[in-house]
Amino acid sequence: MLEIKNLHARIAEDGTEIIRGLDLTVKAGEVAAIMGPNGSGKSTLSYILSGREDYEVTEGDILYNGESILELDPSERAAKGIFLAFQYPVEIPGVATMQFLKVAMNEQRKARGEGELTTPDFMRLVKDASAKLKIEPEMLRRPLNVGFSGGEKKRAEILQMALLEPKLCVLDETDSGLDIDALKIVADGVNALRSPDRAVIVITHYQRLLDYIVPDTVHVLYKGQVIKSGDKTLAHELEANGYADIIGAAA
Amino acid sequence: MNMQAAIKMTAAEQALVDAYETQIGDLPGDGEVLAARDVLLSDLKAAGLPTRRVEAWHYTDLKALLRAVPGVDPTAVASRVDPLVEGATVLSVLNGRAELRRVPDGVTAASFQDVLADGSAAVGLAARSADDAIGRINGSFVRDGITVEIAAETALEAPLEIQAVQNAGQVHTRFPVSFGQNSKATVIERHLAGGENAAFVTSVSDISLADGADVTWIILQQQGAADTHLGQIRVTLGAETKLRLFVVNAGGKLVRQEIHVAVVGEGADLTLRGINLLGGETHTDVTFTLGHDVPNTTSTEIIRNVVFDRARGVFQGQIRVAPDAQKTDAKMSCNTLLLSDDAEFSSKPELEIFADDVQCGHGATVIDIDHTQLFYLKARGIPENKARAMLVNAFVAEIVEELEDEPLVEALEGVIAAWLEKHA
Repeated sequence: MLEIKNLHARIAEDGTEIIRGLDLTVKAGEVAAIMGPNGSGKSTLSYILSGREDYEVTEGDILYNGESILELDPSERAAKGIFLAFQYPVEIPGVATMQFLKVAMNEQRKARGEGELTTPDFMRLVKDASAKLKIEPEMLRRPLNVGFSGGEKKRAEILQMALLEPKLCVLDETDSGLDIDALKIVADGVNALRSPDRAVIVITHYQRLLDYIVPDTVHVLYKGQVIKSGDKTLAHELEANGYADIIGAAA
Repeated sequence: MNMQAAIKMTAAEQALVDAYETQIGDLPGDGEVLAARDVLLSDLKAAGLPTRRVEAWHYTDLKALLRAVPGVDPTAVASRVDPLVEGATVLSVLNGRAELRRVPDGVTAASFQDVLADGSAAVGLAARSADDAIGRINGSFVRDGITVEIAAETALEAPLEIQAVQNAGQVHTRFPVSFGQNSKATVIERHLAGGENAAFVTSVSDISLADGADVTWIILQQQGAADTHLGQIRVTLGAETKLRLFVVNAGGKLVRQEIHVAVVGEGADLTLRGINLLGGETHTDVTFTLGHDVPNTTSTEIIRNVVFDRARGVFQGQIRVAPDAQKTDAKMSCNTLLLSDDAEFSSKPELEIFADDVQCGHGATVIDIDHTQLFYLKARGIPENKARAMLVNAFVAEIVEELEDEPLVEALEGVIAAWLEKHA
């Protein structure tokens, strides 16, 4: 589903290279965890996958279902089924959460040539999905992410993911700032979306989230490259020994 | 030989003078009304249209900006449109002619032409001041409009919509509206184009709130892309009155909306909210003067501007606090979202405070679209144009919601969304 080949990318503004020859393949149905120390390029990778313009790809390619997505803008990528759950969901005063959800769902449907949702259908979908994530209707009446607690913001991200039904989900440190109860709710939400035709990339610092979202593959990112890949036991190894050994072995 | 150089009039000035010559025999009112018109026209002729050297017009050089004035077009027709809010009582002025309908109990409405014809309008025709170009032009040419009286203790359930639709030529209207003691009403003053032809419109509303009146007054200007709209609202606030004045500019080529408020009763409260949606190659000016003349009065003013393309906007806000107007509390802010390198907005706050125990403040900001917010929306599949429109809309939606009148909020949000759809 996703093939990243020898990717090099830098910050557009100052030219700092962050991703330096990254290779990664994620198959449909797979849950891939990407771990790595601070500054290894994890969040940058998530932004590049979603098409943020602050980064420039200088070499290599990203193939999604066999096609390069480098020329697509973020909304086109989203319509093709790529979803980024933000580490820091953005507050937008003046945009009502419900209106945002409706516009996003309908724009994606439009881009795929599907008809718009009727209001009752939309309301029903939101009601069902938010109940599963223990999101109060009151929260959805507020402006988008405004005044949401850290946990509420993360749950709202998973709600969007559930409603938009993407094919490739990228979770950028979705566990940061969550207590254990919230973590379980979020993990349940992600697990509910696991399916043979959907891939999930979980970016995290810690093993903890991976106890709840059990990955098929684990990749260690360091200085903009995948320096080691393995199965879920690699995450346990990292938890026990830290990154030093692997980094040392790769150097 | 006398070599005195004649003062050269601009094409627009000449057109106004010529229009007066051709129309005067036909305009309603004689005696004092005619005398008042003659004074106004001769003052206009003597002073010419204001230039940037006139302080009140510094950012809107009318002499330079007003290139042409269309003649009166007696063949122009305009039709009523549906009210902004369903169920509103509509009083329409179609291409400058009042068309009255049944009004609710407690409301009296009459054609302004009647008070011109019987001479009682003469006093009100005078200009406000030496730089009152709008008052001068309007007073010279006004032909019709609507006078409305809302009786004391009357609370109107449905809004009253003064609907001025114009299509072409010149239109000069007046709307004197008085709100009786403790009356409560929402009035929508709506100006819109009925066609593509260039129209030259002046409109003066003269409203007074008797003690205890509680009024929401909306000015919604949606003139056509070639139109000149010169609007003015004069307001007198009595004791313990509440006025929410909401101005939305979403049209016109050359627009000036003046708002002049005199707070003459203690305990009066003014809320002014303005939204300027500016695009294309247009010029829009909102000029506001407020006199706190008595103690214990409050006012807040928030103006939000969205400027695209090569549009230019102006906000002048002047608050005067008289020496004995202690405990005045006034706050004014003007926030602008500039969406093009060629867009321009000038903001001029002026506080003249002669009392020592008051709170007055003002602020102005200019911002661009927040790129992180834009990316977030796009990452959810919302295309760039739509995402930008949502963010621009959010910038102004905040103050529309303050109206707390759901049908009205929805209607105005609809106007804003439709404008953004077209321009963003």
